[in-house]
Amino acid sequence: MQLARVVGNVVATRKDPRLEGKKLLVLRYISPEGKDEAGYVVAVDTVSAGYRETVLTVSGSSARMADGCKDRPVDTVIVGIVDNVQIDSGSR
Amino acid sequence: MYLGRVVGRVWSTVKNAELEGQRFLVVQPITPEGANAGKRIVCTDMTGAGAGEIIYWVRGREASIALPAPEVPTDFSIVGIVDEMSVNREAKK
Repeated sequence: MQLARVVGNVVATRKDPRLEGKKLLVLRYISPEGKDEAGYVVAVDTVSAGYRETVLTVSGSSARMADGCKDRPVDTVIVGIVDNVQIDSGSR
Repeated sequence: MYLGRVVGRVWSTVKNAELEGQRFLVVQPITPEGANAGKRIVCTDMTGAGAGEIIYWVRGREASIALPAPEVPTDFSIVGIVDEMSVNREAKK
């Protein structure tokens, strides 16, 4: 899983019918320390995340195991909203 | 499978139902020599690994096979805690 921050949403009318009703959000990957990392991704939201929230994302074929994403053309899914990240002091 | 070191934890209350009860650990991938190798990731954990421990982890679809529940949406999973490791320097050349 990778951490990301919600930075926007995507509206699409013409799409694969199996994506109908799925909320699409634009994410920016971040490091556990909270710094922005390279790259944006569009992900299906299964937990009702909101703008600027830090979320947990799953990508690849594992994404299809999330709630309501079975057998759908999906490769990145938001599976959790992050409350807190703790980095141990002294870790390199 | 890849080597890593546990460097932190993530808490998430609102999450996919299949992830209920899972621990999320922040893992720094490392080389066999112990140097950092790449971006930190968040792993589900099967082993009860703790802070600072050297572990090995799997990525992709296989990560969810490691967990007891059948269809957990996870792409990184800790599957073992490393007790000891030896690398033959000659073999690496």
